[in-house]
Amino acid sequence: MSIPLYDNGVASGLLSGVLFGYVLENAGFASPRKLTAQFRLTDWSVFKVMFTAVIVAAIGLYGAMALGLMQSNGIYIPTTFFWATLTGGALIGAGMAVGGYCPGTSTVALASGRLDGLLFMTGMVIGTGLFAQVFEPIKDFYLAAAGPRGQTLTQLFGLPAWAVIAVLIMIAVGGFALGNWCERRFGGPLTADELNRGDGGEGAIVEEIEIVSLRTN
Amino acid sequence: MGSTIRPFWHPFTAGIALGLVLLLTFLLTGHGLGASGFFTRLTAWFGAELARSATEANSYLGPFIKGARGVLNPLASWISWEIVGLVVGALIAALTSGRFYVRLDGAKNLSGGGRMALALGGGILTGFGARLARGCTSGIGLSGGAPLAVAGFLFLIGFFVAGIVVSFFIRKAWA
Repeated sequence: MSIPLYDNGVASGLLSGVLFGYVLENAGFASPRKLTAQFRLTDWSVFKVMFTAVIVAAIGLYGAMALGLMQSNGIYIPTTFFWATLTGGALIGAGMAVGGYCPGTSTVALASGRLDGLLFMTGMVIGTGLFAQVFEPIKDFYLAAAGPRGQTLTQLFGLPAWAVIAVLIMIAVGGFALGNWCERRFGGPLTADELNRGDGGEGAIVEEIEIVSLRTN
Repeated sequence: MGSTIRPFWHPFTAGIALGLVLLLTFLLTGHGLGASGFFTRLTAWFGAELARSATEANSYLGPFIKGARGVLNPLASWISWEIVGLVVGALIAALTSGRFYVRLDGAKNLSGGGRMALALGGGILTGFGARLARGCTSGIGLSGGAPLAVAGFLFLIGFFVAGIVVSFFIRKAWA
């Protein structure tokens, strides 16, 4: 049996999705107030969770390659298109700052009963349609400044994977320390309790009429 | 459903769990997790239902609904099942922790209409941006970051910098 299995069937999709959704909701990432608090620098959960996940998965992937369990060219690695990658990332950051979600977290939000998640998803379909409409005129920008196919940081800097991962760990430790300092200054990360009281807790939304509490049933 | 609301996981617990799920997905499929790809396919599906010939003629969405061997179902894809799973997993987590209830969530300063407009507007920016970046926070950020792709880190720099800047200008709406 060789790894990866290249299993793109129904069961593999469902398994990855169920675990992904379960973890994201438990991280608190169904809450638009928690997600946007990262950008106000008052709650660093998004940075901490994402950076930890990237480092854990990178150690697993490059560890498996080092042990000869997996081919180094066996996994999909996206290619950089400098301007499109950077601008697209910036638009998604702006979209989260404005709308409170990214594509995956809006889906998790809807699954936790948040109707604004459904509106965000509707917006994404509109945005995708707009992109398709202007695809031809912006194609040069979309393809501009392409990097080498599937380029990694190890190739870019000419360093071994363990060294790149070690640098990432150092950046993470520094970022976590900065995050903890900011969180202490701003009164701590948002808790599940304060984010999920539908009965007028501090900062709870607004439209009482929209709230149908299933917890009282 | 209990009346008590269970706390979120510690960020490092959640981060390690997410990293292991991401690793498992790579070992199972050869690629990472995603989300926006489903919305591209959903857009192609809506396009095909509403205006088939125009959608088929569109150079971006057309290939999702018409291949060399005839008509395609844009939703018949691994990512669609992953999104079904994502909903189920998040629903189980919310129901078992007392965090599920139907609501319009946002900051207290916002009216319901204001929140709805921001959600829709943010979604439009994100839908456009995800196509430009060829993926979203999961598909490029996490799944590009894990194999140490330059694209993943370039995306994350754009994501965090723009998020912080835009957030500063609209902080009154969310604080």
